[in-house]
Amino acid sequence: MAKRIDVKDLNIYYGKFHAVENVTLSVPPRSVTAFIGPSGCGKSTVLRSLNRMHEVIPGARVDGSVLLDGADIYGAGVDPVEVRRTIGMVFQRPNPFPTMSIRDNVVAGLRLAGTKNRQQLDEVCERSLRGANLWEEVKDRLNKPGGGLSGGQQQRLCIARAIAVQPDVLLMDEPCSALDPISTLAIEDLITELKQDFTIVIVTHNMQQAARVSDQTAFFNLHGVGQPGRLVEIDETSRIFSNPSQRATEDYISGRFG
Amino acid sequence: MFRGLALGSGGFVVALIAAIGIFLLLQALPSLQANQVSFLTSGEWTTGDPNDMRFGILYLLWVTVATAAFALVLAMPVALGIALFLTQYAPRALARVFAYIIDLLAAVPSIIFGLWGLQVLGPALVPTAEWLNTNLGWFPLFSDGNVSIRGGGTIFTAGIVLAVMILPIITAITREIFERTPKDQIEGALALGATRWEVIRTTVLPFGRAGYVSGSMLGLGRALGETVALYLILSGASGRAPELSLFDGDATIASKIANDAAEFNNEISAGAYIAAGLVLFVLTFVVNALARWITTSRTGK
Repeated sequence: MAKRIDVKDLNIYYGKFHAVENVTLSVPPRSVTAFIGPSGCGKSTVLRSLNRMHEVIPGARVDGSVLLDGADIYGAGVDPVEVRRTIGMVFQRPNPFPTMSIRDNVVAGLRLAGTKNRQQLDEVCERSLRGANLWEEVKDRLNKPGGGLSGGQQQRLCIARAIAVQPDVLLMDEPCSALDPISTLAIEDLITELKQDFTIVIVTHNMQQAARVSDQTAFFNLHGVGQPGRLVEIDETSRIFSNPSQRATEDYISGRFG
Repeated sequence: MFRGLALGSGGFVVALIAAIGIFLLLQALPSLQANQVSFLTSGEWTTGDPNDMRFGILYLLWVTVATAAFALVLAMPVALGIALFLTQYAPRALARVFAYIIDLLAAVPSIIFGLWGLQVLGPALVPTAEWLNTNLGWFPLFSDGNVSIRGGGTIFTAGIVLAVMILPIITAITREIFERTPKDQIEGALALGATRWEVIRTTVLPFGRAGYVSGSMLGLGRALGETVALYLILSGASGRAPELSLFDGDATIASKIANDAAEFNNEISAGAYIAAGLVLFVLTFVVNALARWITTSRTGK
């Protein structure tokens, strides 16, 4: 549980298009790292390459290495399905499986991994829903479809689904951008709690959010249209937002562009 | 104004269907009254003499339902497989060509299918049919029927030809609905560590199930009403009662009507066939209603 990530010289391509150039960064275990930057700078692309979700798009590929506690997830013979089982992901729009009940949604990952024991599934279901601060709200309707919940509840359901399999890392791709401020606050509180157990990487458009929830912040930018995105700097969040070492970072967080 | 137009066209369709139903009923009634046997429980069919009408739908209904159901049983899994292959496994370029070929199958006139079934497939299937009959004859569907297996004019042959004919429609509808599986659903499953087949099971199939079922029901509707191909393939009246086997023959409701159309020399005789048509009309109606019911009750809303 809670492994560290080391990204080395990562280059990401969509077909011939060079999307992201030479990213090198480290994420310590049990911490929150935020990726910020203007639209199209490749922060989501980098996030999706951390659990090999990037390559499901036809023509997409990756150069370089992503080490999970020293083991390269792009190494020869590594099965992307196994990688995704140990690195969970939460998406921008809540995406519970609409035909499944709340309970089945939470344990979907476990079922895929072959767990059939009913008692064990129920235990994991409760623990995960409690972990996602959703248990009290849904405990009386676990057999109702997940699609009937509010947007914020659905997103917490997706977080419960992701943590049910006890992943080493939790990736979040703008998890609050489709939510109202109160639901956003609930998710942010949850992220701070989840940090005790998981390594978390979150992409966000909201700089205040990055400042609130993260321990370190990575700023991505691009030089121009059609140019690949690149990592400008990564540092402790307090320093990025008070005294960044790069001029571009300061311009971005002070609202001069982006 | 547009509301009026929409209401008008909607009303027109309903009125048209009702009119067809009423027409069939009115034309059939005199013959049904002249009928000497029970229309619903008899299988006899002698309609030459208006004063001694003996006709019942039973045998025709059996052949109609059995052929269509057999075709559906054959076509549904194949269509599902093709749709899954085209949307989930095949490279895009190949999928496009393949889908086009499947659609072409729908454009082949049914008389061609009939000729093919009569001249090529029927004879070619005889060894298989005989093998099934000899070795699995204890199973009621493979037991001796009321026509010669060697002749090929059986429900068995007709069902297989029909299966090919309804394959494109089921495939096309299933493929279209599978393609519309929301991308975020698929990604959600992938991110949980689902293999390609597991992604299909957790997202594509639940999402597309209703479409698959209604596509299949459309196929069934087509199979029930198919006329020309079956008219060519099925052997004419054997006079014997069917054995509830796939090696029964005779005719479906539609092929019987087509076969005997030349003999409609008086209103009472014709009415017998119109009564049969009415049964077919109701049958397709029921199938469609069933499809609707399955679609709405399983979507889960």
